Amino acid sequence: MNLITISGPPSSGKTAVIIKTAETLMQRGVKIGAVKFDCLHTDDDIAYEKAGIPVKKGLSGSLCPDHYFVSNIEAVLEWGLKEGFDVLVSESAGLCNRCSPYIKEIKAVCVIDNLSGINTPKKIGPMLRMADIVVITKGDIVSQAEREVFAARVHSVNPAAIVMNINGLTGQGAYELSTLLFNDKHHVDSLKGRKLRFSMPSALCSYCLGETRIGESYQMGNVRKINLEDN
Amino acid sequence: MASKEYLLKTSPKDLLIRFPYLHAFFAGQTIQLEGKHSLSLQEIIQEIDETGLEDNAFDAENFLNQLQEFIEQMQAFMGQSKNVVDSLTILPGTDKSGTPESFDQLVFEKSKITSIVGPTGSGKSRLLADIEWVAQGDTPTSRTILINGEKPSTDWRFASGKKLVAQLSQNMNFVMDLSVIEFLELHARSRMIANETVVIQRIIDAANDLAGEKFSANTPITALSGGQSRALMIADTAMLSSSPVVLIDEIENAGIDRKKALQLLIGEEKVVLMATHDPILALMADQRIVIKNGGILKVIKTSEEEKNMLSVLEEADRKLQLLRGKLRSGELIAGFDQEKTSKK
Ligand SMILES: Nc1nc2c(ncn2[C@@H]2O[C@H](COP(=O)(O)OP(=O)(O)OP(=O)(O)O)[C@@H](O)[C@H]2O)c(=O)[nH]1
Ligand SMILES: [Mg+2]
Ligand SMILES: [Zn+2]
Ligand SMILES: [Zn+2]
Repeated sequence: MNLITISGPPSSGKTAVIIKTAETLMQRGVKIGAVKFDCLHTDDDIAYEKAGIPVKKGLSGSLCPDHYFVSNIEAVLEWGLKEGFDVLVSESAGLCNRCSPYIKEIKAVCVIDNLSGINTPKKIGPMLRMADIVVITKGDIVSQAEREVFAARVHSVNPAAIVMNINGLTGQGAYELSTLLFNDKHHVDSLKGRKLRFSMPSALCSYCLGETRIGESYQMGNVRKINLEDN
Repeated sequence: MASKEYLLKTSPKDLLIRFPYLHAFFAGQTIQLEGKHSLSLQEIIQEIDETGLEDNAFDAENFLNQLQEFIEQMQAFMGQSKNVVDSLTILPGTDKSGTPESFDQLVFEKSKITSIVGPTGSGKSRLLADIEWVAQGDTPTSRTILINGEKPSTDWRFASGKKLVAQLSQNMNFVMDLSVIEFLELHARSRMIANETVVIQRIIDAANDLAGEKFSANTPITALSGGQSRALMIADTAMLSSSPVVLIDEIENAGIDRKKALQLLIGEEKVVLMATHDPILALMADQRIVIKNGGILKVIKTSEEEKNMLSVLEEADRKLQLLRGKLRSGELIAGFDQEKTSKK
């Protein structure tokens, strides 16, 4: 079974791209399953089911979804193996610009959209910098110049990645992506001992643990203060 | 090729002298690199303590790999004589039912227009995807795309900044919060062209020539009218886009001189493809292809007879435009025929 991790900012088109790509693979007889990691709520499972893709969802609640991803991806992989998928796709909401769900030697795709603004590529951190493939969506509604500038910005933060434009609505480019993702000779049977591409921050404060009260005395752990002095 | 050791012991300032294009790469980093002139990269990385590296989500190894990759790609890019595309050739594949396409080969030359007709969902997107991906018998249609009559390099697929097709469609809008001039500067810089100011002025002039109403360089791009936006997109794509092929998906017949727009693209030596159901546009093309059931059904050269039809259609169109104008200004729709005689 292939494992593919897909991440990207909210509403960037991850589900749309995954479903269009999966459809081209399913037409070739490839069995696909999906898992969605999100924070509080997602309807993506319904979208996958509608497309005929077996799906599981995991909500991290008060935790960073990427931390939650690492603690659960092994179990999810086992589910995929048991179901006999050829490809298991994990979709993660890229809510934490500091973390990313990418694992060394496991194909990592970042989905980012043309509407998100030209400074986004610089802001979103390892989720973009460490991806093997960057998919840019929503090119159908912005100008050619904006597409070119956006792609150049993506290139400047991750020159090693393959950058593809995909239309999540029509699926243009999805077949091409599928040929880069699926490899019937590559099998992942276990993740034991594999490493994350980038460490997740260790910082923990009392608010991470559920504290809601405001005030100095409730602040514990790694707390940092804003500098409001004139300079 | 710059080794990692070399990169580490050199300062950003010296790197910029040798590789000026690194400005773009440094600007994309979360840690401050320019300005710390005397320190070597190694020293700068060491100077930022653990927490600093964490705050910036900085990974030194990844940074060095990416830096090396960036330099390598840029050197390759600069070494290339311009990527001149004189023609694109399609070798036939099959339609959705597996029936072979009946043409021998289909050639799209630069400065020539090919129109594409066929109902929605007939396979226009697939054809375009085949071209963008420079298909080599490895897409659902099994078509093969050649560039200048030869098997193209895989760069056309994978290299960033080297995309074969630029697209223009009715649905596209400007979304950036910039003025026309700032916007063009940004685009020009991302292309790293030499004669920026000259090109920008040419684009603004050309766009104003295409658009019905003029706009100034300081207008915010999001405040341009539909016709002005379309004119600016076309002029910018003609003169500043790196892609040799331009696909136009219907240009509306309002606020813009469509004939001039096509002439501009042809003048800039683009290979022009145009999906349209407007007979006036379709007849402006040198040839048209008919798409059906995912395949190219027919290739039709625009004949003399059809070209003659074009002037009749243009005349009819002019009349319709006049009537629209009258309607808009509250006049009565009468005397359609007198209009013709009074004009002559
Ligand atoms: N115009 C346009 N819309 C798109 C494109 N790709 C996706 N969309 C739309 O963007 C919206 C969000 O797409 P999703 O696929 O749900 O995005 P997502 O990244 O999975 O979102 P979350 O999982 O909620 O973070 C949907 O309404 C899609 O139809 C595209 O290429 N062009
Ligand atoms: Mg989704
Ligand atoms: Zn996180
Ligand atoms: Zn916290």
